[in-house]
Parts: sequence; C-alpha cells; structure tokens
Amino acid sequence: MTRDGMSFRQSLGGYAFIAPWLVGFLIFTAGPMIGSLAISLHSWSMLSPPTWVGFENYQSIITEDPLFLTSLWNTGFYVIFSVPLCIAAGLALAMLLHNRLPGMGFFRTMLFLPSIMNIVAASVLWLWVFNPEFGLLNTFLRWLGVQGPLWLQSEAWAKPSLVIMSLWGVGGTTIIFLAALQGIPQELYEAAALDGAGPARRFFHITIPMISPAIFFSSIMGVIGSFQVFAQAFVMTGAAQAGSEGGPNNATLFLVLYLYKKAFLEFRMGYASALAWILFLIILLFTVLQTRLSKNRVYYEAGE
Amino acid sequence: MNEPRLYDSRPAAIGTLIRSGAVYVILAVLSAGFLLPLAWMLSVSLQDVRGVFAQPFAWIPAQPRWENYSDVATLIPLGRYFLNTVIVTGLVLVGTLLSCSLVAYGFSRIRFRGRTVLFALCLATMMLPGQVTMIPLYILFSRLGWVDTLWPLIVPSFFGSPFYIFLLRQFFLTIPREYDEAARLDGAGRFRIYWSIILPLARPALITVALFTFIGTWNDFFTPLIYINSPEHATLTLGLNMLKSQIVGTGMTQWHLLMAAACMVMVPNILLFTLGQKYLVKGIAMGGLR
Repeated sequence: MTRDGMSFRQSLGGYAFIAPWLVGFLIFTAGPMIGSLAISLHSWSMLSPPTWVGFENYQSIITEDPLFLTSLWNTGFYVIFSVPLCIAAGLALAMLLHNRLPGMGFFRTMLFLPSIMNIVAASVLWLWVFNPEFGLLNTFLRWLGVQGPLWLQSEAWAKPSLVIMSLWGVGGTTIIFLAALQGIPQELYEAAALDGAGPARRFFHITIPMISPAIFFSSIMGVIGSFQVFAQAFVMTGAAQAGSEGGPNNATLFLVLYLYKKAFLEFRMGYASALAWILFLIILLFTVLQTRLSKNRVYYEAGE
Repeated sequence: MNEPRLYDSRPAAIGTLIRSGAVYVILAVLSAGFLLPLAWMLSVSLQDVRGVFAQPFAWIPAQPRWENYSDVATLIPLGRYFLNTVIVTGLVLVGTLLSCSLVAYGFSRIRFRGRTVLFALCLATMMLPGQVTMIPLYILFSRLGWVDTLWPLIVPSFFGSPFYIFLLRQFFLTIPREYDEAARLDGAGRFRIYWSIILPLARPALITVALFTFIGTWNDFFTPLIYINSPEHATLTLGLNMLKSQIVGTGMTQWHLLMAAACMVMVPNILLFTLGQKYLVKGIAMGGLR
C-alpha cells in the first residue's frame, strides 16, 4: 500500500480502464507529434528517402514564402472578425432568448439548427447564396435597391463572405451563453435594482462578470477553431481542377488550406509539417495570451 | 408573474408588453433570416434548370420536380456513399461510446498513480490542431495499406476522444459512490460495476456523446478528403464535394441537382437534431461551463 491508499493492483486496474486512451495517445498523438517534428527537419516527397535540411523549412517559410504570409494574413483576418462577431452575436441572441416568455424554446431551435449542419452541404448552399447574379443575398440587396458585391469572386469580399457565413453557425455559442445566463442567481439583479442600478450597469457589473467563464471558453474554442478554418474555403473557392482552391488572388488561402496543398498536392511533406508546427505554435501563443489576459477578468465562484 | 398592484400596475404592464413584443419581433425576424437559406435551398432543389436561373425567382415552383432527388443518383453513386457513411458512423459510434466510457470510468472511479497528470494531458490534447499529426498518421496508415479504405476513418475512434472522455467523466462524478459500494459488497468486480451500474445510470450522458459523435462523423470532411480517393469508398460529405466540383467546376448548370443532394445530406442531421435537441443543448452547456 502506498500512502494514498493506492495499491499496485488498484493502479493496474486504473491503467487497464484508461488503456484505450493511453495506447491511442501514444500511437495517434505522441508518436506522430515526434514524427512530425522530425519530418519538418527534412525535405521529403514520400517517393524518395527524406534528406536532412535542419531548420531550412522553417527559415524559408518565415523569410521567403510570400504565400505563407498571405495565408497568415487571411487566417488572421478571419479570426479577428469571426471570433468577436460570433461571441457578440451569440451573447445578444442568448440575452434575447433568456426571457421568461412562451415560445422561447421554438426560437432557440430555429437559431441552433444551422450550427449542426454538414459543413460541405452548408458550403454548397452558401456558394449559391453568394452568387452575384442569382444568389439569395444579392437578390435581397437588389430588392432593397442596393447593388451587391461579387462576394466570393471578389478579392475584397471573399473573406468577409466567409465571416458572414460563420455567423450562421452561431447557435452553439448561443447555447453556451444561454446556459450561463440561466445560472445567474436572480437575487443579484433584484439587489442591484434596489440599489438603483440601471440596465447598463446591471449588464456590465452583473451579467458580464457572471458569464465571464463562458465568454472565456467560447473565445478560446473560437480562436482554436477559426485558425483551422478549411472546409468552407476548400469547397467554396475551388474549381474542378485540384489546386485551384484559395479564391481570387489567394484571398481565401487560409493556413490549413495552404498546408493541405503543400502536403497532398505538392507532396512536400517536410515543408507541410513545418507549417503545421508553426500553426500549432501560433494557436498555443494565442491560448496562453488569452489565459493570461483573462486571469483577473474571469470570475469563478468560490471553490473553483 | 407580475403581482397585481393598485397604483403602478398599468405603466409597468404596458412596459412589459412592449418589451415582450419587441423581443418576439426581433427573434421572429432573426429566426426567419437563419432559416431562409434552408428554405431557399429546398426551393432550388425542386426547380428545373430554367427555374434556377429565373428572374424573378419563384419561391414555390409551379411544378415541383421531386424527381431531382432520384436524378442525383444518376450523377453519383449515392447509395454507395450512403452505405459507406452508415458503416463508418455506426462503427465510430460503437468505438467512441465503448472507449470513452471505459476511460472516463477509470479517470472518475479508480485512484491510481499519475491520474491527475494523465487526465490533464488528455485534456491538453484537445488544443492540438489535427494538422500536426496528420502527415505521420497518413504515413502510418499508408504503410498499413489502409489508404483508400474506410479503416482510417474508423479505427482511431476505438482509442477515446478527449472531449467525450471529459463529458462522461463529469457525469460519472455525479453518480453517488454508494451504488458502487453496494455492488462491491455483492461481489461485483470493477468491470461489472462499470457495465451494469455506471453505464445504465449514465444513459443521458451517453446519448449526448452519441449525438455529438454521430453529427461529427456524418459531417466529417477533412479525414475522408485525405484518405479516400476512389468514389466507391467515398462518404456522403466527400461525394457531395465531388459532385460540386463536377457541376460548378465544369460550368454545368444543374444547381437544382446539387441542392437536392445537399438537402439529402442534411436530412439525418435535421432528424437527429429534432429528436435529440435536449441532449445536445445539455452537452454543449456542460462543455462550456466546466
């Protein structure tokens, strides 16, 4: 018996139960991570044996690859607009739904539905929604007397188009905020109202602090997910021939799309692996940064 | 809700009424906006070629062409895609539910050395973008001769998935330990307790995980895109993209058929969503409120 009362047999039992994950972690995560790091230091087409190049892949990505910078800028644009907009919209919708009125369940269903849609089917749908001539969006704008842009076919509007589409999937975030709002004790608002606090003060001094863990969670998940945006760009901005994806003048060439092309169309496995590690480091950096920034701003109830 | 009061009841009631009315109007407009693309997709899927490009567009086609849905099958092997997707989704469901519940039981019920560290490690892997492990995994599966088979889409699910392990562990922690103790006194071993006590009690959480897994697998695009090359092994999502490339890329105008295909791919999601929304909402809320 060890001091915690964990016998050897008990430990063995524990390991037996977590064995599926442990084995999977070694085979599908830890092993491939080491492999990927090793491959990123080689030049390798999968046809001939890999040759050692050291940090050359990383060096050329950062210093002499204009397409990498383009994809970094595109991805950054998408993250910076999509994540805050989705959080603001999700919170606004959740506050609308957080009214004790009949029929809220129905509206919740309607707003939640698009977020679980198949991404390729949704991309096919939005591809036609964004069609400048026959699409739903420009038809609507024409009805309002506005000549809409070329959307996906325009270098300036291609990225904003995908941001607009991402708002269609805001339902999941809305559900998280709705659950958080429902967890706020009503007495807090009553006490604040007695103290003469208006709606704005109650929002900023009660609502926001009380749901700050949900905001924090959604923004972390949003940033991680948005940095990996791929399917929409792949489906909506590609023509028939492979390699054409990325939109007008590479306006929607996102990091993962670029990485995919390097790996599976050009078979530059070393270069693609280096790109993957750079993506990982960026995501890690943002996660750490967000955690730091929120240290004193996220309110956890006592006991957390 | 509002207690009737003698003096200030009237202005307050009117204020509440206006406020509620505004909430309804805003929500109705927004819901319509969210659903409009879906309704439009359905409408386009029932048009003929002329109807698709008609100006102004007739939302309700004079003669809805339901045969568009069967015509899709003449362009792509729809039945094959469907069968492949069902096989993959079914096996992934079995794998995920079994492995995640086993691991969650281990993490929530058994004290063993290194548990805290290993659980933290398990959660940390959620942050790892799949692209980091993508290339070595591709090489691993190609060495095994599994490229262009369904195996790479199925096998990893039998080794647990961090988010579902986390969800199930949280749920298992809420099950009183007295049940375990009682079963142990009756001579039940750990596996028996897991199988006949914990799993039946965890039904709601297992349904949540099953729904998430179903939707995630049914919708997956990246994995089949990488591993599947030939149409006879394609899933619906991948097949829909192939059809899209055929129609859009080659300048063909059969958008009505493409929309019919997209509608068909969406149907299972909508069905499951209607049946299991309660569980999905609970799962998402649990994930967000840790």
